[in-house]
Order: sequence, then C-alpha cells, then structure tokens
Amino acid sequence: MTRYILKRLLGAIPLMLIVIAVAFFMMRIAPGGPFDSERALPPEIEQNIKAAYDLDKPLVQQFGIYLWKVVHGDFGPSIKIRDFSVAELIASGAPASIQLGLSAILLALMIGVTLGTLSALRQNTAADYAVMGVAMTGIVIPNFVMAPLLSLVVGVYWELLPTSGWGSGELKYKVLPIIALSLPQIAYISRLTRGSMLEVLNSNFVRTARAKGLRDHLVVIRHALKAGLLPVVSYLGPATAAVTTGSVVIETIFAVPGIGTYFIKAALNRDYPLVMGVVIVYGALIISLNLLVDVLYGLLDPKLRSNR
Amino acid sequence: MLFFRRKPALISGEGAPVEARSVWRNARLRLYRNKAAMGSLIVLGLIIVLAILGPSFSPHEYDAVYWDRIQMGPDFANQHWFGTDGNGRDLFVRTLYGARVSMAVGLLATFVSMVIGVVYGATAGFFGGRVDNLMMRFVDVLYTLPFMFFVIMLMVVFGRNIFLIFVALGAVEWLTMARIVRGQTLAIKRREFIEAAHAIGVSNLTIIFRHIIPNVLGPVIVYATLTIPQVILIESFLSFLGLGVQEPLTSWGVLISEGANVMEVAPWMLLFPAAFLATTLFCFNFIGDGLRDALDPKDR
Repeated sequence: MTRYILKRLLGAIPLMLIVIAVAFFMMRIAPGGPFDSERALPPEIEQNIKAAYDLDKPLVQQFGIYLWKVVHGDFGPSIKIRDFSVAELIASGAPASIQLGLSAILLALMIGVTLGTLSALRQNTAADYAVMGVAMTGIVIPNFVMAPLLSLVVGVYWELLPTSGWGSGELKYKVLPIIALSLPQIAYISRLTRGSMLEVLNSNFVRTARAKGLRDHLVVIRHALKAGLLPVVSYLGPATAAVTTGSVVIETIFAVPGIGTYFIKAALNRDYPLVMGVVIVYGALIISLNLLVDVLYGLLDPKLRSNR
Repeated sequence: MLFFRRKPALISGEGAPVEARSVWRNARLRLYRNKAAMGSLIVLGLIIVLAILGPSFSPHEYDAVYWDRIQMGPDFANQHWFGTDGNGRDLFVRTLYGARVSMAVGLLATFVSMVIGVVYGATAGFFGGRVDNLMMRFVDVLYTLPFMFFVIMLMVVFGRNIFLIFVALGAVEWLTMARIVRGQTLAIKRREFIEAAHAIGVSNLTIIFRHIIPNVLGPVIVYATLTIPQVILIESFLSFLGLGVQEPLTSWGVLISEGANVMEVAPWMLLFPAAFLATTLFCFNFIGDGLRDALDPKDR
C-alpha cells in the first residue's frame, strides 16, 4: 500500500508539470502581448520592461524561470489589478473559495448519500420516484440558472437572506452559495448511491446478514453501505472538479470575493498571469484530491488491497 | 440452427408463427414501451422542428433591433411571443436561434468525441498488452487534468470562435467513450467470429472497423446520448461566462446570462431560455436512460 501511495505521489509530479506547461505555452502562443495596448514606448524602455519580465530570453528559458518561480509561490504580477501579485490575489480569495467548496461537498455527501440510500431501500415507491425526480431536476437545471432563481426567490421575494456579497464572512452570506453549489452534486451523488445500493442490497452477503437475523438498519449501515459507497468515493475526484468549476459561476453570481471571481474577471480582461495562476492552483487542487480519492479507494476496496 | 430460425412455429408448439427478433428489434420494442423516453423523444422532436421552422413564422429577425420596444414582456400585438430583450430584439426568435447553436454544438461535439473515443478505445482494446497499457495510461493522465479550465483558457487566448468550441468540447469528452469502448472490445475480441476473421486472413484494421466497432455500438449510442446534454451544458456554461458564441449570434447560455442580470425586472428573459435548456437536457437524459434500459436489460 505504501508503495502504491508513493508511486501515485511521484506520478502527480509530471501531471502538475503538464498543467503548468500547458498553461504557460497556451498563454505564449496567444496573439499579442500583455503590453500591446499601451502607447508605443521608446525602444530602450520597452527593452527594459521586457527584461524585467524576462521576455527577452528564449522561450524554454522563460519556462524554466516561470517554473522556478511557481515552485516558490511566485506567480508573477497581475497585469490588470495593479500593485498586486497573483499570489497575493489568490491568497486573498482562497479562504472564501475553500469554505464554499468544502461545505458544498460535505453537504452534498450527507444529503446525497442519505437520499440515495432511502430511495434504494424503497425502490419503485412514491418516495423513490420523488427523490429521483428531484435528482433529475437538479442535474438538468444548471447552477447558473439555479443560483439566480434561488437569490430571486429567497433573497428578493422572501427577503430571508442577503442575495450577494460576503460581509465579513457571516453564515447568512454563505447559505445560498453553498446550497446552489451543492445541488447538482446532491443530485449526482443520490443517483449514484441509489444505483450501487440497489446492486449491493441484492447481493449474497447482504442476504446472509439478513438471514442471520441482523436488524434491518444494521444490515444497511454496517454491511451494505460499506460496499455501496465505493462508487461515491470514486466520484469524489470528478466532484471536486465540478465544484471548483461550479464555484467560478456561483462566486460571480453571488459576488463572493473568492478565486473564481478573480478568474472570470481575469479571463474577460485577458489578465494572463492571473488566469494561469488560478488554473495552476485549481489544477493542483484537483490532482491532489484525485490522488487522495484513489488512495482512499484502495484502502476501502479489499479487491484492490490484495493485488497492489 | 438456421432451420429453427426460419420456422420458429415448429418449436413454439402453437399455431401462430412466432417471428424471430434481432437484438436491435428487441431493444426498439423495449424502448417503445418506455413512456418517459418516448415522451422525451416527442418533446425533443418538437423543439428541433421549432428551432428549424419557428423563426420563419415570426415576422422578426434575430438581430433586428426595435428601439421603441426594449425589454418588453410577452406582447402578442407586435408578435413578440416571448417579449423582447434589453436591446429590443425579439426573444422568441433569439431563443430558437440559441436552440440551433446549442443543438449544433451538442451534436457536433458529441460526434467528434464519439469518433475519437471509439477508434481510440477499439484500437487499445484490440491490440491489448503494452499498446493497451500505454494508451489507457494516457487517458488516465488526461482524466486528472482540469480540462474545463483549459477550455476556458483556450477561449480566452484564441477569442470566441464557434468552431473552436466544437473541437475543444469534443476533445474533452472522448475520454469516457474510449474507456467504455475498450472494455467492450476486450470482451468481444476473443469471440469465435473474430477468430474466424483472423483465420481467413482479414487485416487488423478491417477487423476493427468491420467487426469490432459495429458490435460495440450499443453502449456507444447510450453514452453518446448522455454526452449531448453534457456538451450543451458546458457550452451554455462558457456562454454564460461570456466566452461562448459571439453577438449578434446567441445561444441559450448567453440568453440565460443576459436574463439573470435583469431577472428582477424582466423575469421572462431568464425563464424562457432556461425552460428550453432544462427541457432539452431532461429529454436527452431520459432518452439516454431509456436506451440504456433497452439495450442493456440486465438491470431489470
């Protein structure tokens, strides 16, 4: 197992390099440079500016320098938001984004697993159809529709919660974004749980547990859930990716001062260093969570444990 | 064997002849019995017909601006059935043009992903061994990359270009398809008819295209049907962020984004395109689920 974890950890390094390389070169092949829009400068000054940003060196060397800086947490300066470095901007947005994302995934796990299990236990009853109907709705109504609707109904019509902003991080500002972010994940997770629980509930070891007279809820909690949750665990990797991309939209709609908001602004303003910085941070996040999930999966699934 | 197939009445033991049914025919019959899937098929057909013919029934052009009718609710006197948008353009026609763009992106990008995924997966599965290992490891690597962000970067760097959207989305969505096809290929490549093809000297390429791919089409069709709504969703997402198609052309994502900004004063601008988008996604999902049940009856 330790060997497997080490192997995966080493495998994550080239992945991270790929992410950084793609982000770096994609920006460099973009037509136009970051200083094009400004008025024409005397050649010496332009030369100095280029030298300051290492733009006068060969591309491969530039990549090396960038890589070195990124490893040390220096993503360069933001072009459009003056006087701030990309690292500072990301650091200032991270707490809000992390809180939102983490709470959304936890909420989705709790509600999704509960709903999915309940509807598997009551297969083909009204409760099952209701849960699955709601889940399907959650999947087909994208969060960029759901979020404005939520803020319109709860925030504007009922005036229960603030529609946007972050205040100083009070709970009331977080409720709507977290709900909007977790709804699609609740839907996916409950469908996933239902499907795998149906399979597990019909399997022999559950029948054995029932036959030896174990009470129903113990059969479900102790035996069935352990096997039934495996697909959910492996979905956590994609879920992280979905939540991070989702948070880009949700943060914009609810005006949350997180990384996602910066990302959109930077993308629309062509603030390339900031876009790259955010892509690299999100990439690192997704890759490390995928790694974590794989390791967790290896620990949970006895079939994998033996032959690794 | 052949004898029984031609005269099934002999084995059924009853007077009326029983028709032999192919796998596909059986699947079709099962699909016909699935009410959700059939209903979705009809609704989806209606939306497509509406998207193709609808704009010609309206007297308005999708980019015509009416300065005197800006952001008006549904108004039948001027034949603005869905109202007008913030620039005084007819929302009915714009929603249907959005439908054209969204559907086209959905179908074309799914087709791109299907072609890449099927050929890649079938090749990996067919050759097996080291080739398979290498090819699927590559897919594993791509799987863990944050593709959505690369797509967004692509849009930022190269500007908004509808052709680029097809390619980018197709390039992102083929991974799962390749995995599915590889698994199926592994399962059938040891079967007798493939062996027979090898024995009479059919080339590997021909075996892949003539014998393997047609036999893995079932799961491929199911997954493709479920990919279409995903792609439509991603395109809308990009458009919502302002990175999708360019004005005056529109898509559902663009319309929803415009509508969301003014929903407190002009809710119809959000509701009509959102309803179209949600209905379409519903239909594709139900059809995909129905097809899966029809083609793979083991779950019943």
